[in-house]
Amino acid sequence: MSKLTPVLSATWDQADSFTIEGYKRNGGYSAISKALAMQPDEVIQMIKDSGLRGRGGAGFPTGNKWGFIPQGDNKEHYFVVNADESEPGTCKDTPLMMANPHVLIEGIIIGSFAIRANYAFIYIRGEVTHVVRRVQQAIEDAYKAGFLGKNILGKGFDLELVLHVGAGAYICGEETALLDSLEGFRGQPRLRPPFPAIAGLYAKPTVVNNVESVASVPSIISNGVAWFSAMGTEKSKGFTLYSLSGHVNNPGQFEAPLGITLRQLLEISGGVRNGHKLKFWTPGGSSTPIFTDAHLDVPLDYEGVSAAGSMLGTKALQIFDETTCIVRAVLRWTEFYKHESCGKCTPCREGTWWLVQVLKDLEAGRGTEADLDKLLDLCDNIMGRSFCALADGAASPIISSLKYFRQEYLDHLTAGRCPFDPMASTLFDTAGVK
Amino acid sequence: MAFTSEQISIMDSIISRYPRKRSAIMPLLHYVQSIDGYVTNEGIELIGQKLELATAEVTAVSTFYTQYKSKPVGEYHVGICTNTLCAVMGGDAIFESIKEHLDIENDGVTSDGKVSVEHIECNAACDYAPVVMVNWEFYDNQTVQSVKDLVDSARAGNPPAPTRGPKTLRTWKQNSAVLAGISDGLANEGVQAGEASLLGLRKAKGGA
Amino acid sequence: MSIQELGTESQVQVEMITCVIDGFEITVPKGTLVIRAAEKLGIQIPRFCDHPLLAPAGACRQCLVDIEINGRAFPKPQASCTIPVENGMIVKTQLTSPVADKAQKGIMELLLINHPLDCPVCDKGGECPLQNQAMSNGRSESRFEGVKRTFEKPVPISSQVLLDRERCVLCARCTRFSEQIAGDPFITLNERGALQQVGIYEEEPFDSYYSGNTVQICPVGALTGTSYRFRARPFDLVSTDSACEHCASGCAMRTDVRRGKTLRRLAGEDADVNEEWNCDKGRWAFKYEVAKNRIKVPMVRDSNGQLQEVSWPEALAAAAQGLKNSRSGVLVGGRATIEDAYGYSKFARVTLNTNNIDFRARRHSHEESDFLESVKLNATYKDIDTADHVVLINFEPEDESPIVFLRIYKQVHKRLVKVTNIAPLASRGSEKLKANLIKTTSGNEAQAISSISGLTKKSVVLVGERISETEGALSAVVKLVNDSGAKLGWVPRRAGERGAVLAGAIANLLPGNRPITDSAARVDIATAWSVDSIPTEQGMNTDEMINSDLQSLVIGGVDPMDISAEAKIKLSKKFIVSLEIRQSDITDIASVVLPVAAVVEKSGSFMDWQGKVRKFEAAVDQSLNRSDVRILSMLADEIGKPIKLPSVKSARAEFDSLGNWDGPINSMKLRNSAAAKSVASDEAVLVSWRNLLDKGSLQDGEENLAGTARKSILVISHARAKALNVSSGDHVRVSNSYGAITLPCQIGEIDESSVWLPRNSLNSQLIRNLGVVSNSIVKVDKA
Repeated sequence: MSKLTPVLSATWDQADSFTIEGYKRNGGYSAISKALAMQPDEVIQMIKDSGLRGRGGAGFPTGNKWGFIPQGDNKEHYFVVNADESEPGTCKDTPLMMANPHVLIEGIIIGSFAIRANYAFIYIRGEVTHVVRRVQQAIEDAYKAGFLGKNILGKGFDLELVLHVGAGAYICGEETALLDSLEGFRGQPRLRPPFPAIAGLYAKPTVVNNVESVASVPSIISNGVAWFSAMGTEKSKGFTLYSLSGHVNNPGQFEAPLGITLRQLLEISGGVRNGHKLKFWTPGGSSTPIFTDAHLDVPLDYEGVSAAGSMLGTKALQIFDETTCIVRAVLRWTEFYKHESCGKCTPCREGTWWLVQVLKDLEAGRGTEADLDKLLDLCDNIMGRSFCALADGAASPIISSLKYFRQEYLDHLTAGRCPFDPMASTLFDTAGVK
Repeated sequence: MAFTSEQISIMDSIISRYPRKRSAIMPLLHYVQSIDGYVTNEGIELIGQKLELATAEVTAVSTFYTQYKSKPVGEYHVGICTNTLCAVMGGDAIFESIKEHLDIENDGVTSDGKVSVEHIECNAACDYAPVVMVNWEFYDNQTVQSVKDLVDSARAGNPPAPTRGPKTLRTWKQNSAVLAGISDGLANEGVQAGEASLLGLRKAKGGA
Repeated sequence: MSIQELGTESQVQVEMITCVIDGFEITVPKGTLVIRAAEKLGIQIPRFCDHPLLAPAGACRQCLVDIEINGRAFPKPQASCTIPVENGMIVKTQLTSPVADKAQKGIMELLLINHPLDCPVCDKGGECPLQNQAMSNGRSESRFEGVKRTFEKPVPISSQVLLDRERCVLCARCTRFSEQIAGDPFITLNERGALQQVGIYEEEPFDSYYSGNTVQICPVGALTGTSYRFRARPFDLVSTDSACEHCASGCAMRTDVRRGKTLRRLAGEDADVNEEWNCDKGRWAFKYEVAKNRIKVPMVRDSNGQLQEVSWPEALAAAAQGLKNSRSGVLVGGRATIEDAYGYSKFARVTLNTNNIDFRARRHSHEESDFLESVKLNATYKDIDTADHVVLINFEPEDESPIVFLRIYKQVHKRLVKVTNIAPLASRGSEKLKANLIKTTSGNEAQAISSISGLTKKSVVLVGERISETEGALSAVVKLVNDSGAKLGWVPRRAGERGAVLAGAIANLLPGNRPITDSAARVDIATAWSVDSIPTEQGMNTDEMINSDLQSLVIGGVDPMDISAEAKIKLSKKFIVSLEIRQSDITDIASVVLPVAAVVEKSGSFMDWQGKVRKFEAAVDQSLNRSDVRILSMLADEIGKPIKLPSVKSARAEFDSLGNWDGPINSMKLRNSAAAKSVASDEAVLVSWRNLLDKGSLQDGEENLAGTARKSILVISHARAKALNVSSGDHVRVSNSYGAITLPCQIGEIDESSVWLPRNSLNSQLIRNLGVVSNSIVKVDKA
């Protein structure tokens, strides 16, 4: 059985883990001394060698992303952290920033130094006020301690770091939409190319990294490539935060090497809620095709999940037991995508509008089997046809649920209504509601 | 309402954070909400003037993001997560019962202006489902009853503290200022992490 | 970047790319988008958001095609409007790829689910890209059984544009146009997702001089013109390519006529001139053609002083009687076609035996006459595209030649080209151009002009007609251009002025830029006209003719707003033959009134500010009205000194046969500028120009258009506001011995000694109210 490997979360049980004193007491801000003594390109190489891949969903090698930034181009470079954690089921960056914002800041300093950026931004979603407070405070404290601002640690490196607070838009988690939003526009995705590495923020070379990816950097610098790459699997190195939620006895954050399985995580955490059994789950948020109990032993790394027909995504493991109606679950996700569609492109904007209507009918037991084929054909007309991946995410739960639970859709039609009792799936079904 | 010169100089300081001033539009909109409670025409016009943007351009941005409100919300704005996981685990039941309890619809405000209700999407706290946000502070592991109690006490003027947040729940306007990047000095209040966040660490350390 | 874009780039060798589309090989310049490379092969890929003059959006996804490059296929169909061709690229459109075909049909079905089924009552029906492409590239039936999105409709976003959000496919052409082309980001996409919609800020309508273009490029019936709404079916209209008569920008246009009546006008395409745009005045000001006061039959003033309708022979006889053997002159006005101006020129010299002819009814000077005779104008739109610096002198392009503005703005938007503006204040247009303002007042511009340095052969200097209002300013321009080698453009407001110069409708020039003082030039023309000689006596300009003791005048096309009441009294003492389309101040005092054709009823040509000829044919083909030149020819016959120009065609042929003068030309007599005026503290120098949309007589009756005119305001400096103790919006009065104007004031960065008013707007018609338009001292006080 894989063991848990708390690194990012290692200090979260200390009451002052979020303060600069707490962070420093645990060895914080020592990685920057090491990194700033290196050549920037050496830092990039080290991150490349570590095999660290983006923890925001796409799994792109972080070091390579840094390496794409043109050097000696006499342009400003920008380092931007994507802290717009909004993918349904995803809840790792938020507790990380609440409990230890300084590790993110230290990662930003190292990353900015590596790509020769003197301006960095954290784009955080706006619906988490207390996390905003913590990160803002941490930035102020880091400035006071000389880790930000002019001539950091006397090494001649300058860095300004600004916390930018979003205002409610899932699409801003898409990196080019995030950049448009940060520039003060509507958060709609941009045409690529040019890619952000060439023309990102203010049309200047820009790196956009997920919070967890950046927060993983100081430990790699401190402990070395070998330490990091000893964890995980061949192509998915290192540790990561798995977020377990839903119908389990003990939901929470579990930091483990990549490649652990859901079966193992359930064993460690305490299993599916008592008296119930696993029905379906998402490996990495709602945009990743769902799995069933047949996938309990899929290695939760980039390759393993992909081979099984889904995506590792954000490692947001949402667990649903047999009390949950698949049609209701999928409808809710679809309503989410409809609500969050930016509106720019036709398939996403109109497609999600239509999908919701079809699914509502199906949930209410209206329609025929032919409507299921129509639904799949609609997904075919939406998936891979849109401007960005949001619409693909919208189609994923529908297609995958029809793959595994087609009969349950038909049962709705036969019954002329939803055959499930929604109260049975709540956590308080015995609490005397209504 | 007209903005004071002090408020205008705060706006200038917000603008100065950025290499290009247009980037300040989002914090400025949060800031307008901290003064007016929502995005007023006066706010749009002032932001347009400050950032040298057409008012239409400011409107285009303000209407894109759901946290910017075009009409007043309650002093305590309650967001109930009804995305799949929270909905299934009780969010739907909470949302329905609270609307009934307060006798308002989605996006409605109680007649005393104290509480408004909105169903929200995933708020990155799934391990604390069902989740309710008040003025974007976390209220974890909620039940129908706990939220009824929450809104009742909010209307009475003494809402409970957030599960993970400051000791005292701040108002919508006060928290909007925090989102505009204006510190209220409360970062050190509240837990460093909730129980679910610590579960993996505890297990790793061999705890239960 | 589109082909058109590349076309305007420099002559640098462009790399060529070869790719294969639906099995056909094609070679196109690097940067060409797949969708446009396909067009070159005649393969039409359906599209909505794509527009060759707008930056690619990739939003509608209608143009999806399958692409592979060097054997590697994209995993999913790509938007052909966003992808430039590459060597080794193989593209399969809907014609050869079932995947692309299904993708397109799928997108079309999605676009239609929320589209209302109101084609039978939609203005766009019959010429609608959505309708057409739904037929060519859509499913035969929709599978949508749900609830359509509804919005309140239509919503006026200005007095002239209506928005129907239900029909909108959110292609963002209109919003991109407003931002990228016009620099007027007053319509935007608001909200998001399925609720995304085009909108304005509630307190501010879509007041752009270019808003009509959004109606034209809207691929559905979402944006419609208020004036055209429910008026016609496209298939009932007869379309004629035409040229805009409103200004010297020279827009190609299309005029759509039904049963003898113009129902709408659209921007035509000409990459060298207006690309595909025009201004709202050009698009929406045409009702003057059918105004109630249109003159349809000749009239002669009877012994009681009343105009009486008479037959043509009676009218011509009366006119001939009055003109024969009298000392006479000709005022042409700035709106004549080249052919008509040529007719007036020949009529003056041959029939009236005089050089008293002038096309300038506006303010003018001898310095300007000299300038027009002796200075080569060589700037073009293309020079603006490649300019290193554009200098604007007494010229507000957005108000006075709006397509020139768009062309400069294009380069400002694209590469922040340097713009310098010599003006009393930064206008909205000047601000949009991010122009460096050299603040002047009327009368002291020469010094500012001389102060400009660093111009090169790639610089473009554009002067407006108002420069003639300052003594010495044109001389300073000539020196500036001669010293630097910069290109020079003279941009008069009216469409006929540049052509009138060439046609010789000015005292010092014969047709083809021939100096009247040159005997060889006179011989040229005398020979061509088969007359013994051309008069040699120096002719008078408009002011001189009005103030002279000439006994008679032939007046055609003079705008009454140019004529002061004082001038009108003087004119009323003369025998006036007026060639006019509508009742006017001139017809009120004319002895004989001869009706002529409006532009829409005749053929002809204008010459734009670049010197490019803009030919047009009659859009209304069965009009009984005739072009001025035809009437002049009849009148000349009646007088007995024929000009033998019985038709526009004959005038054009004869004028073309003359060719341009290649002999010596007089060099410009440079003039010194006048001494600066001293201004007392309660006085100011009057400065003004005409707003694009104003009380201009060709805009009469266009109420929807007038609704977007800029409000009449008066601009004073901060110091003056303080001295007057007024704040923005307070009323301020400007007066002189002639009269007064009171307007709400705007306090701005204007030259301290100046006060600005619109020249011919509501409650501010300077000629009428003050008798002067600029370069004159007025009293300014709080109203």
